[in-house]
Amino acid sequence: MAGIELRPGNGPAIRSRISIMPESPGLYLRLTVMENLQCFAGLYELDGVRGRIERALRAVNLEDRAGDQCRALSKGLRQRVALARALLNDPAVLFLDEPTSGLDPVASREVHGLIASLRERGVTIFLTTHRLEEAERLCHRVAILNTTLRLIGRPDELRDQLFSRSLDVRLRSPLDDANAVLGALSGVEGWKQAPSGYTLAVSDPEIAAPQAARALVGAGADILSIAESRHSLEDVYLELIDEDVEARRR
Amino acid sequence: MSFSWTRVRAISVKELRDYRRNRFVVGTMTVLPLLFVILPLIQVFDAYAHVDSSNLNRHVGLSMLYMLLIPAFLPSTLSAYSVVGEREQGTLEPVLITPIRREEFLVGKALAAFVPTLVLAYVVFGIFLAAASLFAHPVIASAIYSGTHVLLQLLFTPLLAGWGIWVGIAVSARSADVRVAQQLSILGTLPLLGILALMSLNVITVSAGLAVGLAAVLLAIDLLAWRAVAAMFDRERLITGRSA
Repeated sequence: MAGIELRPGNGPAIRSRISIMPESPGLYLRLTVMENLQCFAGLYELDGVRGRIERALRAVNLEDRAGDQCRALSKGLRQRVALARALLNDPAVLFLDEPTSGLDPVASREVHGLIASLRERGVTIFLTTHRLEEAERLCHRVAILNTTLRLIGRPDELRDQLFSRSLDVRLRSPLDDANAVLGALSGVEGWKQAPSGYTLAVSDPEIAAPQAARALVGAGADILSIAESRHSLEDVYLELIDEDVEARRR
Repeated sequence: MSFSWTRVRAISVKELRDYRRNRFVVGTMTVLPLLFVILPLIQVFDAYAHVDSSNLNRHVGLSMLYMLLIPAFLPSTLSAYSVVGEREQGTLEPVLITPIRREEFLVGKALAAFVPTLVLAYVVFGIFLAAASLFAHPVIASAIYSGTHVLLQLLFTPLLAGWGIWVGIAVSARSADVRVAQQLSILGTLPLLGILALMSLNVITVSAGLAVGLAAVLLAIDLLAWRAVAAMFDRERLITGRSA
């Protein structure tokens, strides 16, 4: 962990290199923002406390609230104080548990920006979230848990594991003989009718898309769009849950 | 990493700031000392009029006992909150994730309860002695300073506070509810307070030498209690709910 061997004797050294932001901010509500951060700076035995606190507060846009008691802050502001606290010791590994829970969209965007900048600086971040679009946007690797660990990998790898690649074709009007046009394409492994056109199962969209476009134009179809289907992490998650439900039924 | 007084100080300062802004704690720290300075003075000023000289010593002892209730109850109540209270508020987890050692955490918590208790108890005792010396009948003042009353008070105030603190923290580290922890910790101080009551009321006659000897024993018990509490403080269980 953070370059230190994982054994009980190294506990304090490891803990000095990591930080955590729990879902509940866990602030001392009768203490001011500054006093909360001073306490944790002492626990980490940090040098240059004032400068570190100022930097941490600046990172979460809370410089002007340093003297406020934490109980006077909204949930979103408390969340940001907890994030400032987690940044105090310049952690090598940062654990964030639902960091945007209860935040408004603007505050969420700011937190996302901060997480992205930490990631760019080389901080390893473990992000626990129920918001799959957040994981998709911020994470290099994603682990999906449903009681047990179900899948782990890059978002694209997870999609590829569960879904075949496909093209979504939108036409102004349906084809007269779709099977004659789409079934004859060499790059297309199968097709099905969709509400506004057709979904083509393909092995390589970059080869199949131009072929499909030429065939459709040749058949007199008016093409509105041809695009590769994008399965979100939510689709991946729901697919896994469905698989688990099916497995339990069997 | 060695024992760090910086981390101890961080915990103690945080606790003291928290006490200062907690109306319940400030109220308790104001009312208890007031009560325990007024009651003993009433007892002492009333003694000469109604009590023959043979029982005077017992009345003085009872006055002294009132003042020992401060180190008995105040720190045990404060320290009973120290772990379970933080756990309930969700503030314990971030602290235990830092490099702080359990001994540092416990000493920080203990000092934050010990120092104000000791200051209050000695100030109350000082006020009592001053008032008794200035305004009480000379026979009563003499009874206060004779025997081992003053010595018992000076010796056992910090030791009783120490015992209350370790009992409070031990209960707090194992409880799931603040109220239960506070009640159990007060119960835990009663046996020791009972012995001190017997000594103060002269049911057990204590010489100065015996008082010092008993204080040494209690000091050893306090130190052992600290080691025992540190050993039973299961950081993993407090963070994850599972034992290490």
